[in-house]
Amino acid sequence: MFATTELNVRNSRRQALVQILFMLMTAVLILPVLIILATLIHKGGPAISFEFLFSEPTNGMTAGGIFPALVGTVWLVAVALLVSVPLGVAAAIYLSEFAPQNWFTRIINLAIINLAGVPSIVHALFGVGAFVLFFGFGTSILAASLTLAIMTLPVVIVATRESLQAVPLAFREACWNMGATRWQTIRRVVLPNAVSGILTGVILEVARTTGEPAPIMFTGAAFFLPFLPESVFDQTMALSLHLFVISTQVPGVPDELPYGVALVLIAMVLVMNPLSIAFRMYLRGKKKW
Amino acid sequence: MADDTRPLSVVARPTTDEIDRRNLDWYIDKVVQAVVFICGISAIVFVIGIFVFVTAEGFGFLVDTFDFAEFFGSPRWKPTSEYRTTYGILALIAGTASVTGLAMLVAIPFSLGAAIYIAEFATGKTRETLKVLVELLAAVPSVVWGFIGLTIMNPLIIKTFDVPVGLNVLNAGIILGLMAAPIMTSIAEDALKAVPDRYREAAEAMGATRWQLVFKVVLPAAKNGLLGAVLLGVGRGFGETMAVLMASGHSINLPDSIFDSVRALTATIAAELGETAVGSDHYRALFTIGIFLFIITFIINLTADLIVRGIRKG
Repeated sequence: MFATTELNVRNSRRQALVQILFMLMTAVLILPVLIILATLIHKGGPAISFEFLFSEPTNGMTAGGIFPALVGTVWLVAVALLVSVPLGVAAAIYLSEFAPQNWFTRIINLAIINLAGVPSIVHALFGVGAFVLFFGFGTSILAASLTLAIMTLPVVIVATRESLQAVPLAFREACWNMGATRWQTIRRVVLPNAVSGILTGVILEVARTTGEPAPIMFTGAAFFLPFLPESVFDQTMALSLHLFVISTQVPGVPDELPYGVALVLIAMVLVMNPLSIAFRMYLRGKKKW
Repeated sequence: MADDTRPLSVVARPTTDEIDRRNLDWYIDKVVQAVVFICGISAIVFVIGIFVFVTAEGFGFLVDTFDFAEFFGSPRWKPTSEYRTTYGILALIAGTASVTGLAMLVAIPFSLGAAIYIAEFATGKTRETLKVLVELLAAVPSVVWGFIGLTIMNPLIIKTFDVPVGLNVLNAGIILGLMAAPIMTSIAEDALKAVPDRYREAAEAMGATRWQLVFKVVLPAAKNGLLGAVLLGVGRGFGETMAVLMASGHSINLPDSIFDSVRALTATIAAELGETAVGSDHYRALFTIGIFLFIITFIINLTADLIVRGIRKG
């Protein structure tokens, strides 16, 4: 009765074939990146040194290090985070904890999706029109960071909202029953249980802000500026723009220099991601549900 | 209470007359609620703000110089010509369309295949590892992708296909495809995971193999979500700036083959805005392209959202 028929054999053979096919497709996606990563390490690795990281570019950017760009990127990311994390987390708290299920909330969600989909160069145009000209910040770290903050706001909102909603309703109900207000519940119960998700969002945001030169190239990042910024109203160099400039605009740059910058950029992102994953697993291990 | 004229919401509030519970915490709660509401609507404010500010800067062009037939019908983008300036974005649209189209040809089959493999075939450690890898892939910065197009893909294409220039539609398309794929993969995987397990159990109980189950049950059930994923990928490719600027060759062309260099809408703004004077025709024309880009991505995202929501309701 349970003997394998011709049909069974054919089906299971097709099944095996299809599985291998899909596995190959996945490999095709992932392999090039591993190859690219290996190339970057191979060619950029020799450029990386203490000197490279902590000295200024010299000889019209054809030699020397990347220190001003590194510091500038840290400034840009830090100021952008200062704006977008509180704003994004608050927005996510509203959407997850307060917002009613109605058309208005629907519109907010649509706005978030659209904000995420606006091309980065259009964000740059907005930054120029709004922050540089209208609000009079000029081309400065402030204008560039605000542009980056708005560009990456949806990342923070979505990640935070998802992690807030992952906290079971029973936790909130228990807290409300003790007489706590909504805010007390959110601060003492919901947020502590959602930290890992929020952190993931922040790290994704850092990755996006670090590697996207388009929004900052007209709002605050300079091609070449061998000084460190002193306030948010200064212009600054940035790693992402520096890579673009030395690989397309400046003739006679030795090969290993841009490879080195690309490697530093990718390392910043790739080191942060596993950190967040590890942290997430640590926190998940502590979860009691 | 007969002649109580207070609105219903006030009457229905559970605070009683006997005990006033409005202590400091109650007021803090109200303040927080107001603050998070304001932050909550910030996304709407910013979307409107983007449209308003970009339009404001481009408005002068729309009123004075804009000529619909020339803008969308002419392949001549010559904003700095001394003889006669023309603002035609047809070639730029063709550039964006050809690169995005090729990128989708690369990205759609592979990312859907990868999503199916991760969601339906891979198990345990393999699955987790693959998900992490896809996440890492999505985090590779766009300027690094552009740099890869410039330094690795460029000589590779020249050597493989024996063409003079390696910065072309093919290069930018592959780079963009690799960029869009991880995002499409994770959204598509979410869509597959959203298909209830009882569908799979029912199919398995009928004796379906894993492949039959995927092909006949899971894919049809998840098709809206998958379509949404594809659309979001298109939007991503369409709006990408730096990678396309670096890998496409950046020369104005109506491409005949995938080995022609092209120039994209986004890349044009990025390359030229720095050289224009604020308020000049050229400057305003670039903002007008910005408005066009904004409207197109708005439509793409809206459609994707409507399609994805469609399944949630149904």
